[in-house]
Amino acid sequence: MSIVPALDVVELKKTYANGVEALKGVSLSVQPGDFFALLGPNGAGKSTLIGILSSLVNASEGDARIFGVSIRTQRSAAMRLIGLVPQELNFNMFEKPFDICVNSAGFYGIPRPIAAERAEKYLKQLVLWDKAFQPARAMSGGMKRRLMIARAMMSEPKLLILDEPTAGVDIEIRRSMWKFISGINAAGTTVILTTHYLEEAEQLCRNIAIIDKGRIIENTTMKLLLSKLDVETFVLDLARPAETLPVIADVKLTRVDDVTLEAEMSREHDLNSLFANLSAQGITVRSMRNKANRLEELFVRLVETGSTRSDKEAA
Amino acid sequence: MSTNANLIALGTITRREVVRILRIWMQTLLPSAITMTLYFVIFGRMVGSRIADIVPGIGYIDYIVPGLIMMAVITNSYGNISSSFFGAKFGRHVEEMLASPMPSWVILTGYVSGAVLRGLLVAAIVLIISLFFTRIHLYHPWITLSTILLTAIVFSLAGFANAVYAKKFDDIALVPTFVLAPLTYLGGVFYSVNQLGSPWREISHANPILYMVSAFRYGLLGISDIPMGVAYAVMIGFALVLGALGMFLLERGIGLRS
Repeated sequence: MSIVPALDVVELKKTYANGVEALKGVSLSVQPGDFFALLGPNGAGKSTLIGILSSLVNASEGDARIFGVSIRTQRSAAMRLIGLVPQELNFNMFEKPFDICVNSAGFYGIPRPIAAERAEKYLKQLVLWDKAFQPARAMSGGMKRRLMIARAMMSEPKLLILDEPTAGVDIEIRRSMWKFISGINAAGTTVILTTHYLEEAEQLCRNIAIIDKGRIIENTTMKLLLSKLDVETFVLDLARPAETLPVIADVKLTRVDDVTLEAEMSREHDLNSLFANLSAQGITVRSMRNKANRLEELFVRLVETGSTRSDKEAA
Repeated sequence: MSTNANLIALGTITRREVVRILRIWMQTLLPSAITMTLYFVIFGRMVGSRIADIVPGIGYIDYIVPGLIMMAVITNSYGNISSSFFGAKFGRHVEEMLASPMPSWVILTGYVSGAVLRGLLVAAIVLIISLFFTRIHLYHPWITLSTILLTAIVFSLAGFANAVYAKKFDDIALVPTFVLAPLTYLGGVFYSVNQLGSPWREISHANPILYMVSAFRYGLLGISDIPMGVAYAVMIGFALVLGALGMFLLERGIGLRS
C-alpha cells in the first residue's frame, strides 16, 4: 500500500495580475513525518508557493494535495490539516497572546475550553506565558515570532509550514525555536521550512528542494545534496606564525594572516594527510572551521548555475 | 467543517467583534450618544418646539426619534464592519481567517453579527437618551424589531463590501461622508417626503433609507410615508443582493487573495 504524501504539488503555476510569472509549473512531494527545507533566493517563488498552499494566493493552474486532500476542490478540509507560520507578522497587535491563540483555535472549530488548555500549553512551551495577558504589541520581535508558532500549533496540524520563522531572531531564541520545532517533528508533524539561515536548514532538515525563478532546480535528500559538494575550504588557526607558506599536493593553501591559513581541498582528500603534512613542516593547527556553510556553498552554486541556464534559454 | 465547528467559528468572530466594540467604547458607543443628545436638545427642544407638527397629534420630537435611532443604527453598523474588516486587512490578520478552514459564510456572518450587535447596542443607548426628552410608544413591536435588524444587516453588508474594496483608510471614510450622510438626511429623518413637491418626492423614493426610516417610524408611531410591503421588499431585496455580493467577494478572494 502506497503512503499518501503529506504534500503533493502538481504542476502549480501562478501568474499575477501584473504579468509576473511567480511559479512556472512547480511539482514537489513531501513525505509524512519529513522535515523538509524549501530554499531559494528572494523572489524565487517560495512565498507564492506557501501562499497557495495556505489558500492566501489563488493558483493559476495546477493543484496541491495535503495528505491527499485537494486545496482546490476541498479547501476547507485541506486547511484543517495545515498550520502556517507566515513570514510577516499577521496577528492583531491590540489583542493579547492568549486571546490570539484561543481565537485562532476557534476559527478551526475547536471548543473554547480545549483551546484555552492548548493556548496555555504552547505559550508555556514557547516561554511566552508571562506575556500571555499583555497586548501583543508590547512584545519583542523574537516573542512575536514565537507567538506565531504557538498560534499555528493551536489546531495541532499534521503539516506545519514555517516561512522564515527565525528571521531577525537572536541565536539563543533561534536555537530554542529549533528545539521546539524539532520536538514537534519528532512527535509526528510534517514540517516544511523556508529560511535564509542555511545552517538552520542543514541542521534540521532531512530533505530539500531549491526553487529559483519559479522552478524547482533541486529536490533531493540533504545528505545527497551535501555529497555533491566536491570542494571544501577550511580556515586553519595556527599555534605559531608560519614562516613560509607550506606546499601540499592537491591542497591549495593561502595565507590570510600570520597565524591563519585557508586550505581548499577536494572532498576526496582526507584531513589526516593534511595535518600530517602540516606537522611535518613544523606547523601546529590549534583549531579549524569550514570557511562557509556547506549548504550555503552549494546553494549559491546551484542558483548561479540556474541563472546562467535561464540567461542562455532567454538568449 | 461540521455544523458544530462552524458555530464555534462563528461565535469566535462575533465574540471578538463584541470585545473590540466594548474595549474601544469611547470610539464605538459614546459618539452616537453625544451626537443624538445634541439632536434631541437642538431639534427636539430648542427648535422643534417651534415647528408645527408634521402629523397632527404627534410632536416634532416624537416624529424625529425613529429617524435618529435609524441614523445611529445605519452609521454604526456600517462603520463597525468597514473599520474592523479593513483594519484586519490592513494589519494582515484577516489572513488567519482566510487560511483557516472556515467557510466564507461563517466569516461574513460573524462580522455582520458583530456590526448588527453594535447597531442594536447604540440603538438601545439612543432610545434610552430619547426617554429623557419624550415618551416612546411601541405600536408594532415586531415591525420595529425586524426593521432595525434588517437595516443593520443591510448596512453591515454594505460596509463589508466597502472594506473589501478599500485600499486605504480614506476609502472607508468616503462612503459614510459622501453617500450615507446625504442619503440619511434626505431619507425622511427630519421631515415627511409627502411634504415635498414633485419631482423631489419621486426622487426621494429612490433612496433606500427612506423605506427603512418609514418602516421603523411605523413600528414606533404607527405612521409611515411608505406601504409596509414595499418597505420590507426593499430591505429584504438589498439584504439579499448585498449578502450575495459579500459571499462572491469572499469566495473569489477579491481584494483579499492575490
